Amino acid sequence: MRCRKCGKPAVINMRHHKLALCKEHFLEWIVEQTERFIRKYRMFTHDDKVLVAVSGGKDSLGLWDVLWRLGYQADGLYIDLGIDGGFGYSNQSKELTVAFAEERGLKLHIVDVAASYGATIPEMARLTHRGKGKPCSVCGLVKRHEMNRIARDFGYSVLATGHNLDDEAAVLFGNTLTWATGYLVRQGPVLEAAPGLARKVKPFFRFYERETAAYALLRGIKYIYDECPFSVGAKSIYYKKLLNRLEADRPGAKLQFYLGFLRAKEEGLFAQRAEEVVETLHTCPVCGQPTSAPGKCAFCRLVERVEETKRRRELSDASP
Amino acid sequence: MPAKLILRDKTYEVPHGITIKQALKKLDISAEEVIPTREGELVTEDTRLKDGDVIRLVDVISGG
Repeated sequence: MRCRKCGKPAVINMRHHKLALCKEHFLEWIVEQTERFIRKYRMFTHDDKVLVAVSGGKDSLGLWDVLWRLGYQADGLYIDLGIDGGFGYSNQSKELTVAFAEERGLKLHIVDVAASYGATIPEMARLTHRGKGKPCSVCGLVKRHEMNRIARDFGYSVLATGHNLDDEAAVLFGNTLTWATGYLVRQGPVLEAAPGLARKVKPFFRFYERETAAYALLRGIKYIYDECPFSVGAKSIYYKKLLNRLEADRPGAKLQFYLGFLRAKEEGLFAQRAEEVVETLHTCPVCGQPTSAPGKCAFCRLVERVEETKRRRELSDASP
Repeated sequence: MPAKLILRDKTYEVPHGITIKQALKKLDISAEEVIPTREGELVTEDTRLKDGDVIRLVDVISGG
């Protein structure tokens, strides 16, 4: 197979675009397309301070690399979740992220959850009995809180994540299966800022996972290859595999599914639901972040429960 | 000598002469979920497997 642009041997064939490209032109294409999506969806400009949430994985590091090459003011945030999984998952991903940032002279914020809040993510889940044996819901809550906190505290107007088309299509698929209209109305590549909340964007949202992986490999980006040990059996992965079976028979199906959804939303598919969902946001009296109900936010309540449970256990261990 | 396809810790032997695409289909591995590489270089799925070829498949799915 030959590169459509120059005729040299292609390194990737994107059937859904009927486009095969060599290394040079594929790397160029990813950068050009990212810039196109940033402008088309009005994600941010060169005047914005962007905080990129990086996990050490191929998507977030690839995104940070592209934004750096495009000359955006993009700093990174790595959240050390304290997950070991028998192979030092968090330690490995942190080392890779630090090395990536150092090689490029980029600024990286690191939040150590255990050091900041007294417990790792798995410990928090155990201490609060939240999540039915898996710490995923605690993980999501903590990451969202910390991403917003760092964005707010350090003056970033935009928070960027490396979500790709496969991620978005899998979430859309799951939400459609259950007709979770509350989530569907909010799903998209841009979540506008609200008081106390930075704007959230997904510049890679139109790239297939194969494309973001190819980008990282061709750029020589060292990323964590092993998945989070708690992701085994995750629904999102199951949905991705189902959608890939569809894609194999009908190239472009995933992209059409997602872009079709965005078009339908624009044309008013969820207009009524959007009007109903008028969220009154309150301010958490502890951390100052927005919360949907009066009083402490879910994150602060979680941290409080962790502290209480640890205190009770210490007392109980100390008593004769 | 058969060609080898390696995905994570599994090695599969396939006859040489077929394309990577055909080999993946034989092994029921989705072409959407892997990137084939030969000697560290990315190759496309229409690449015909040579005698003794070793193709490492990079698993692209992430999530959870």
